[in-house]
Amino acid sequence: MEKVDLTQLEEGESGVVVDIQGGYGLVRRLESLGIRVGKKVTKVSSQFMRGPITVRIDNSQVALGFGMARKIIIRVAK
Amino acid sequence: MKKILLMGNPNVGKSVIFSRLTGVNVIASNYPGTTVEYTRGYMRLGNEKVEVIDVPGTYSLSPTSKAEKVAVEMLKQGDLVIDVVDATNLERNLNLTLQLLKDGKPVVVALNLWDEIRHIGILIDAEKLQEILGIPIVPTCAITGEGIKKLVSEIPFAKANTYEYEEEKRWEKVGEIVSCVQKITHRHHTFLERLEDVSIKSVTGIPLALVSLYVVFNIIRFIGEGLIGIIFEPIFENLWAPLIMRLSDFLGNQGFIHDILIGKLVEGKISFVESLGLLTTGLFVPLAMVLPYVFAFYLILSFLEDSGYLPRLAVLVDNVMHRFGLHGLAIIPMMLGLGCNVPGAMATRVLETRRERFISATLMAIAVPCMAQIAMIFGLIGKYGAQGLAAVFGTLLVVWIVLGVLLNRLSKGESPEIFVEIPPYRLPYVGALLKKLWMRTRWFLREAIPYVLFGVFIINVLYSLGIIQFIGRLSAPVITGILGLPQDAVGALIIGFLRKDVAVGMLLPLGLNLSQLVVASVVLTMYFPCVATFAVLIKELGTKDMLKSTLIMISSALIIGGLLNLIL
Repeated sequence: MEKVDLTQLEEGESGVVVDIQGGYGLVRRLESLGIRVGKKVTKVSSQFMRGPITVRIDNSQVALGFGMARKIIIRVAK
Repeated sequence: MKKILLMGNPNVGKSVIFSRLTGVNVIASNYPGTTVEYTRGYMRLGNEKVEVIDVPGTYSLSPTSKAEKVAVEMLKQGDLVIDVVDATNLERNLNLTLQLLKDGKPVVVALNLWDEIRHIGILIDAEKLQEILGIPIVPTCAITGEGIKKLVSEIPFAKANTYEYEEEKRWEKVGEIVSCVQKITHRHHTFLERLEDVSIKSVTGIPLALVSLYVVFNIIRFIGEGLIGIIFEPIFENLWAPLIMRLSDFLGNQGFIHDILIGKLVEGKISFVESLGLLTTGLFVPLAMVLPYVFAFYLILSFLEDSGYLPRLAVLVDNVMHRFGLHGLAIIPMMLGLGCNVPGAMATRVLETRRERFISATLMAIAVPCMAQIAMIFGLIGKYGAQGLAAVFGTLLVVWIVLGVLLNRLSKGESPEIFVEIPPYRLPYVGALLKKLWMRTRWFLREAIPYVLFGVFIINVLYSLGIIQFIGRLSAPVITGILGLPQDAVGALIIGFLRKDVAVGMLLPLGLNLSQLVVASVVLTMYFPCVATFAVLIKELGTKDMLKSTLIMISSALIIGGLLNLIL
């Protein structure tokens, strides 16, 4: 078991969200698009120069900024 | 009258259901945030006439963007809610459903995209869901119309407050419901899904975007030029011109009425571009020069919208947009602005903050010419070869970048990061695509032709009263001194307030050389939005910000025009 933030996840790798290091506003925004503690996420892509990260949750994909992604802590089974 | 609200997450097909229910056509696409303003329509429910409102999508009842705020405000006014749920994303959608159920309005659920879940290996027990929630659940496939009749017949059975839960345990409850009614089976990746991955990874996505851009540009030119050369020009030259020539002879080839209707003859003949009469230039410009390109552009744009490519493009350009204090989604108002600045200005609502909306609206109004204007610039400068066109559009691109960076530095406040759902790729449904194309083309014709005709009429009146010549002399220091254009060019700048396409056309009779044409085209794009865009921008930005924006437009137009005049 290893904990990383979402930006450190490799493309194609999955993990479970264990913590969101942000205020209530961020938590609420993320969960409205399905990203919340306990959900499995798979990283689809990242962009050059700290660009947005795209992840898959269930059947949908969400793109989020690098700064936001850094606040999402993932547990990866290695 | 009873008000029925169509609510749901963004991009679940509310607008399609709205069109099905009311017969009112609204633009629907495959990206979140297509509907930024509510639309009203009417339908019959038994013997009663009811109002149906297409509400912008929202993920929850605590809004995070302007469009979502509109949605939550609307909820207060409604009597009944049709909650449109994306069956392929049950969990996230039910989160809103539970919130709606607590709000106290009767709810009925349309379980939309029902056809799609089979393809992706999901099984949903709709009856069980109905049992648990205690409200009617109707599976629908809005785009083909399946289930819509059933939905209408279930509206009277909508109920409120049927499902009790504690606010903190909402997600838990949603999870329980989903695990109760949904089964996921294994399946293979489809071709479209592979394409999704390829087009959003930067290594493959950026080259793909550049190739697509190049292909799109050429398709638009091919269709536009083709329609003009094969259909519109022959019709005007061979059928319309002889008729007008006869009318001209009848009117004695001159006089005030002749000038208004037909305009000035060039070497005894009608010149559809230069004559500047209502029946000549007034019809030829919108129909034979602009319409073919507008049609071609909207065909391609509609395809891109419905396929789901635009949000992926937004992710790829996010980095660039951050230099402007915007994020990737700001590419959507820019793309729509290339068609017409009016929907472009409306689309700035997909951005969350006032600062972003100010920057994106100002940038679009200054540096993004609409298709009508682009078509005219092509017609005017294209014959000198690619060099002139490159000068015009290259300058505008540089202005877009430099001004973007400046606006980011000068405007106060932070800009948030991109946070958007990326919809799956869908093969556009031909019927829906053609309908949208027709709506936009018709909208163009309705908007453009009256303004063009009015513009042409005003030019004639102003010229014959000597007003344009008078303003020309007054503004000579600017027009001639700074921009290096003849005094008469002021006529084009005046008409540019009304319609930019006619304004560009007015440059032709002035006998300008290539560098003057480049200067004039760039200045006409930048100096001020047309009246239709101006009205929308005031509404979107407020008077104070619009005043700021206007000052930026005028001063940057003069600076860039002056610089170009010096360089070229």
